[in-house]
Amino acid sequence: MSATTPVYDSARRGLRFVEEARELWDYRHFVVELTSRDIKVRYKRSALGVAWTMLSPLMTMLVFTLVFSTFQRQPIPGFPVYYLSASMFWLFFAQVTSHVVSLTTDALEITKRIYIPRSVYVASAVGVGLTNTLLSLAPFVLIVLVTGRPVFWTWLFLPVSLLIGTIFAAGVGLVVFTLALRFVDVRDMYQAILLPWFFVTPIIYEPSLVPAEWRWIIRYNPMTYLVEIFRAPLYNGWLPGSKTLAFAILAAVFSLAVGWFFYSSKVEEYGLRS
Amino acid sequence: MASGAEPAIELTGVTVRYRVATESIHSLKEYAIRKLRGRMVHGELLALRDVSLAVQPGERVGIIGPNGAGKSTLFRVIARVRRPSEGRVVVRGRVAPLLELGLGFHTELTGRENVILQGTLLGRSRATMLERMDAIAEFAELEAFLDAPIRKYSTGMTARLAFAAATDVDPDVLLVDESLSVGDERFRAKCHARMSGFRERGKTFLLVSHSLGEVRDSCTRAIWLAEGGIQRDGPAAEVCDAYHAWAKDGTPDPAGRD
Repeated sequence: MSATTPVYDSARRGLRFVEEARELWDYRHFVVELTSRDIKVRYKRSALGVAWTMLSPLMTMLVFTLVFSTFQRQPIPGFPVYYLSASMFWLFFAQVTSHVVSLTTDALEITKRIYIPRSVYVASAVGVGLTNTLLSLAPFVLIVLVTGRPVFWTWLFLPVSLLIGTIFAAGVGLVVFTLALRFVDVRDMYQAILLPWFFVTPIIYEPSLVPAEWRWIIRYNPMTYLVEIFRAPLYNGWLPGSKTLAFAILAAVFSLAVGWFFYSSKVEEYGLRS
Repeated sequence: MASGAEPAIELTGVTVRYRVATESIHSLKEYAIRKLRGRMVHGELLALRDVSLAVQPGERVGIIGPNGAGKSTLFRVIARVRRPSEGRVVVRGRVAPLLELGLGFHTELTGRENVILQGTLLGRSRATMLERMDAIAEFAELEAFLDAPIRKYSTGMTARLAFAAATDVDPDVLLVDESLSVGDERFRAKCHARMSGFRERGKTFLLVSHSLGEVRDSCTRAIWLAEGGIQRDGPAAEVCDAYHAWAKDGTPDPAGRD
C-alpha cells in the first residue's frame, strides 16, 4: 500500500459542512455526467426536444401579454420583454428547486447501496437549470428583435446576475432536497408555496401597481431583488441599483449558507428513509 | 510499508441502531404535529450489536446468516453507506463495491453513456472511463452495440455490460453483495475468471451471500451472523458446515451465544 492509500475511518470526523464540500468536489465528474444525463434524456424523450424548452416560456408570455393588454389600463411598454427578463430567473429558480425533489428518488435508491455525497443531485439540478436558461436566451433575443426593443450593453451584466441567482437557487434547493429525502409530502407543499410566491413577486406586474399598504410584502420578498437584477440590465438597460444588488447578494449568500448547513447537518439522518 | 500489520477492514465494537418510530413518519405535517405535542417515541431496532472483527489484506471473507441477521447492515457500514451508531469502522485502501448490476443505468442512454455515468458514480473520471471503454466493450462483447440505447438491449446484454463496467476496477478491497455470475454458460466462465483474477492478485474480498456453495468456493474465511452478532467466525468450510447443520435443524442459537 502506498502513502496515498485512502482510508475511511468512521470515527474521524471533521466539520460536516467542510467534509461535505470536499466530497462534492471529489464527485464533480459524476455531477457533470448526471447533468448531461438529465438533459439528454429530456431531449430524447420529447419529439420537439430543444424547441419545446424554448417555446414553453414564450407561450406563457403570449398568454400574459394578451391578458394584460386587455385588462391593464396603463400597459407596461414592451410587456413581453418586461415579463421574459424577470421570468428568466423565476423559471430557473422554480425548475431547479422542483427538480431536486424528483431527484430524491434516485438519491435514496443509489445511496442505499453505495456511498456518494447526496449534494451531487442538487448540483446537477442547478446544472440542468443553467443549461435550460442559456437555451432560453435565444427566444429572448428573438422577442426583443421582433417587438423592436433596444439591445443594451448592460446585457453583459447577465453572467453576474446568473451567478447570484444560482447561489440563491442552490441554497433553497438544498433545503427542499434535504426535506424531500425524509418527507414525502414536501413535493406538494413546495408546489403550494411556489404559486403564491410567483404572485407576490413583481414578474407580471409593476411594483407601483401594488397598493401601498401591501407593498411591504414585495419589499421583504427576496425574490423581488433577484428578479430585479435580471430585469434592470435586460429590460431597462441600466445596471441594478446598489441597494437592489446588495439585497440580492445578501439573500443569495444567506440562502446558500443556511441551505448548506441544513443539508450537511441533516442529510445522514434524513437520507436513510427506506 | 508494513501492510500486513494493518487490517484492510477493521470493526471495533460496532453497533447499528435503527430508530423505528421516526422512520415510519413519512410526512412533514405529521412530523411537525408530533413534535409540537412533544410526542416522539422512538422504538429501537438493533441491527448490529457490538461487532468487532478484522480482515487482513488479501483475506477472502464470506458473510452468511439468516435474513435479518445483520448481513446487509454489516455490508453497509463497511461500504460507508451507513455510519455506525457506536463503535468504529476503518477501511484501508481503495474500495470497489460490486452491487446490483446496472445500478444507476438509464435505459434511454446508450451503452457508452451508461458506462461513463456508472464509472463516475464510482468516483472515476470521464477521461478514465473513455480510456477504458474499448476494454469494457470487448469484455462485454458489445462493441457493435455501444451506441445503441440500452432499452434496446436484451437483459443478458445489459447484465454483461454492467458486469464489465463494474468490475473494470483495480481496488484494494472488493465488496460483493450478490452472485455476480451473469449471462450464458460461456460468459459466466468469463465472470468467474475475472473474479479469480482479483483473488490471485491478493485483493481483499468480502462477499455477502445466501449461497453457501459460493462462499465455500470463493472464500477462505466465513462469518456467521445471527441477530446482529457474530455467531461463528472461522475457516469457510467449517463455518458453512455448522451453519448448514443449524439451518437444516431449524434450532435457534445452538451455540448458546451470550
